[in-house]
Amino acid sequence: MAANRLAPSLLDLVGNTPLVELSRFAPGPVKVYAKLESENPTGSIKDRVAKAMIESAEVSGELEPGRNLLEPTSGNTGISLALVAKLKGYPLTCVMPSNATAERRRVLELFGAQVIESPGEEGSNGAVRLALELAERDPSYFMPFQYANEANPRAHYEGTGAEIAAALDRVDVLVAGLGTGGTLMGTGARLRESFPGVVVAAAEPLPGEAVMGLRSLEDGYVPPILDVAKLDRKILVSNEESVTGLRRLLDAEGIFGGVSSGAVAHVARKLAGELVEGVVVCILADGGWKYLSADFWEADDVAVSMERTVWW
Amino acid sequence: MTKVRIPPTLRNEVGGERELIGEGDTVREVLQDLSGRYPALEAQLFDGGDLAAFVNVYVGGEDVRTLDGLETRLNGSSVILLPAMAGGC
Repeated sequence: MAANRLAPSLLDLVGNTPLVELSRFAPGPVKVYAKLESENPTGSIKDRVAKAMIESAEVSGELEPGRNLLEPTSGNTGISLALVAKLKGYPLTCVMPSNATAERRRVLELFGAQVIESPGEEGSNGAVRLALELAERDPSYFMPFQYANEANPRAHYEGTGAEIAAALDRVDVLVAGLGTGGTLMGTGARLRESFPGVVVAAAEPLPGEAVMGLRSLEDGYVPPILDVAKLDRKILVSNEESVTGLRRLLDAEGIFGGVSSGAVAHVARKLAGELVEGVVVCILADGGWKYLSADFWEADDVAVSMERTVWW
Repeated sequence: MTKVRIPPTLRNEVGGERELIGEGDTVREVLQDLSGRYPALEAQLFDGGDLAAFVNVYVGGEDVRTLDGLETRLNGSSVILLPAMAGGC
């Protein structure tokens, strides 16, 4: 981040997030760096995605003044879209699972977005399904749809990945959370150009039983932008491991991360342990503020307290 | 002897069990062993000779699609089956 930046609008402050070394969290011969996406204007990596999706739709002519935006999101993408929509003058409706944390819903409403709830037990899949139905019924909606929008990985190819490549002379492992796949696909592709041997590793949430209430496997969903063949590792992280990672990040480095940051940091440390020397970069998608109302920070039984929610 | 964790979406196919024990050295052998005993599983797990698109299989916590696929060797690790779910918030 340049010091004393003067920007015409918040949208000009998206990206260019700092990298910080995690020498206390992950001591040893392997250097681990964290890219702090909480430094984006609304506090998450999704500012990059929201800005890119809206601006590319404006350029292509798909999105014109007078359209309403619609997106399935349990939080961060919605908040980022709410900022972009407000500054560009589009109304926004977000479809979110009913069990997303209260802070997320409140922030969206404060930004002026409308919130429609999907059944919590259906998780993100339920929100995706309901949003697709709404968009089909009402053609005034424009749905950026981060799961299938190529502007999502492109934002990470041109932004996140290019920034890391410019900042470091060597990257052996990239770790990011797996959601839509946008961060891993875009950042991974850009880093492979500069560091051909880089291992692209996904940290994936092990969902609680309560959020796997799909009726059948056919209700499952693989985001169209995600190509698993382009991942070198895809590692499940339990809620306990994520929270342990979070607490260690806070204790060792003073980094107050969101749940996926804990999972990503956990995997980064594990993969650093597999190397003799080298550089691991992990992408921490957001800060802990939006998770304060969750009770896992003090709860002894993390597994039970986290079971009923989709965390990233 | 490999422990295989069954997600809620597949429990109807296996008489409600949360965990099964399969025999075999590779993921394919263990899943075929289970499909032999619970024939309704086969159509859910396999598409032709490949793993079905909406099922994820993990060995030692890693997705077999980034390991050796159905030929991934188990070497004592347990197996987790999960439905493909939309993530991303």
